[in-house]
Amino acid sequence: MSAEPTALDGSTPSPAPSNERRRVLVTGLGTFWGGRVAQALEDDPNVEVIVGLDTTEPTVELERTEYVRVDANYSILSRIVRATEVDTIIHTFLAVDPTQMSTRAMHEINVIGTMNLFAAASAPASTVRNVIVKSSTMIYGCAPEDPVWFTEDTPRSRPSRAPIERSLEAVEGYVRDFAEDNPHVNVALLRFSNVIGSELETPLTRLLSLPVVPSMFGYDPRFQFVHEHDVIRSILYAFDHDLPGVFNVAGDGLLPWSEVAALCGKRTIALPPWGTSLLTSPFRTLGIADVPDEYHGLLKYGRGVDNSRLKHYGFRYEYTSSEAIEGFIRSSRLRRTVGDSEPKYKYERDVEQFFRHSPAVHRD
Amino acid sequence: MAPPPKRSVSRARPTPERRRARQAVEAARNGSTARTATIDPPTPDEQAFGGSVGTDLVPLGRGSDPDVLDDRRLSDVNEWGRSEHMREIARRIYDPVYRHWFRAEWEGLEHIPTDGGALLVANHAGAIPSDAPVIMHGIETELERPVYGLADNLFRTLPMIGTIWNRLGGLPAHPDNAYRLLREQHQLVLVFPEGSKGPAKTYDERYQLRRFGRGGFVEIAMRAGVPVIPIAVVGAEESMPTLFRIPSVAKALGLPYVPLTANMLVGGPLGVVSYFPAKFKLKVLEPVHFDVPPGQERYSRSRVMDESEAIRDHIQSALYEMLQVRRSVWFG
Repeated sequence: MSAEPTALDGSTPSPAPSNERRRVLVTGLGTFWGGRVAQALEDDPNVEVIVGLDTTEPTVELERTEYVRVDANYSILSRIVRATEVDTIIHTFLAVDPTQMSTRAMHEINVIGTMNLFAAASAPASTVRNVIVKSSTMIYGCAPEDPVWFTEDTPRSRPSRAPIERSLEAVEGYVRDFAEDNPHVNVALLRFSNVIGSELETPLTRLLSLPVVPSMFGYDPRFQFVHEHDVIRSILYAFDHDLPGVFNVAGDGLLPWSEVAALCGKRTIALPPWGTSLLTSPFRTLGIADVPDEYHGLLKYGRGVDNSRLKHYGFRYEYTSSEAIEGFIRSSRLRRTVGDSEPKYKYERDVEQFFRHSPAVHRD
Repeated sequence: MAPPPKRSVSRARPTPERRRARQAVEAARNGSTARTATIDPPTPDEQAFGGSVGTDLVPLGRGSDPDVLDDRRLSDVNEWGRSEHMREIARRIYDPVYRHWFRAEWEGLEHIPTDGGALLVANHAGAIPSDAPVIMHGIETELERPVYGLADNLFRTLPMIGTIWNRLGGLPAHPDNAYRLLREQHQLVLVFPEGSKGPAKTYDERYQLRRFGRGGFVEIAMRAGVPVIPIAVVGAEESMPTLFRIPSVAKALGLPYVPLTANMLVGGPLGVVSYFPAKFKLKVLEPVHFDVPPGQERYSRSRVMDESEAIRDHIQSALYEMLQVRRSVWFG
């Protein structure tokens, strides 16, 4: 644990784990999370090497991160870990959006990918000393028996049935086993609440972008949000301070779904609380609107998580739940008027290779 | 703080994203300065995987008063789902019922603190219990402080009713909810330890208290370090007395009980939702303080059960006393 205040000062030695410059492996480089984390790490002089893995190319501009294309379940991972001698793995490649892929593909990415990742990290000669895993508060499920706030230790009220929740449970099971078997490795498991902000697209932001926002008749649950900026900050905070254990990451406060819709300037349309899937599936098939089955419970009972443990470790949120929504509203207003304002970055392998490795490029 | 050494990379093109990411790093670092100055985080040993940290709750910064909302909000629904605005409307509608129908009369209101957390515990009766709204309305109008009522999760599953119940200060009875309200936010919490066994009993069993659950309310009060304030309520039993229970229908509907009430016989369908004008008398008893350290994971089971039983006996004997001096069900 880096507790010395001097660690922040560039002139004094860094805290214990950062004495040598760190070598970091980021999974899911092509996702919003992985890309942003890698970008931020590039600016950190204590980070010597950043290796990013993904099945798809990065979507953000990176200067010194080395991108390696892998298959979804990371079969070559142990070779990469051995060859690069990384000391930290930031595992952001976990699918938490059930609408974007089949259950099969999600299983490959989440369960098999994590299994291979930890197999590589716990190999006999492994140099890995820190692991940060991104998970989701979806793991707590959603049931009428739930408390208003879940702490990191509150068990779920009902066994999980949704494939996404079961796959997250399997992932967290691997994380726990790994942490138990490798006491010398510092493991941080961050459970993120509903992420919202100006860039990220999630099932909830898609619902809020519809002309009318679906809700459940007679229910008005309270939702909690975390701003994407705080998400990246929390991952970096866990990286800098070697946070141990499980942490909820969510903004302060809960607000009713009807109010969330109203803040976005939308009306709500009530779905029947019974037989909802029957009604929503034609819309999904036609591609008009997708209210995933996993979110039906959430639209009835909502979910709140207690964020005090992360605060206790010194992390300060910049956005409350309602402030996080504000960021989303601003960007969706802008998008409505001018479309995607910033040109999308396109990864070009040859160009990247040239700038990084050609002797013609001047580097110091 | 010294700026991080500048790297010069040949094609550094600052874009908005890059700036944001950089700010993120700096903000995260700055956050840590604040931390080292203020709190000492638990050591990794204290907080490893599977370690017990559930009770290691710290007071919340801005979240500690549930009614402090930020100005971006459009409604006043707080984090528990309670809305003071809705509560105000409900008070206006309910006040004539409270004053002229039930003619509620309090004794010993001074035992309820005007600030600080306390767990209110009362007997529970009436097919659709009329005691919860009377107690909540009474305390909110007399003491001008909110009361959160803990009730069965069943409420939450009912469309419309569940939402209204929640806006009026109702919450699912989960120990974590009670703990946070009492310990961190110093609120008044009302709970009926009999649960649904109280309202389910028939008229011939009136004012016979049922088992007080497993004493969970005592444990919560001990953990939260707040007193238990027992309240004896007379009148609710007669406002909607149950003549029979119909277990087969209850089972089919998945409800804890389905009553046939005297109100239904008298008023037909209207009787399902209307009360007899029984006179309400409420007596607040001496607060019970527990001299145990708060915040423990577990408390002695025998101690918890003894305290729970003592509180139950106390309410039971207060009820007998009140019934001894009651001349009429309707006029008190």
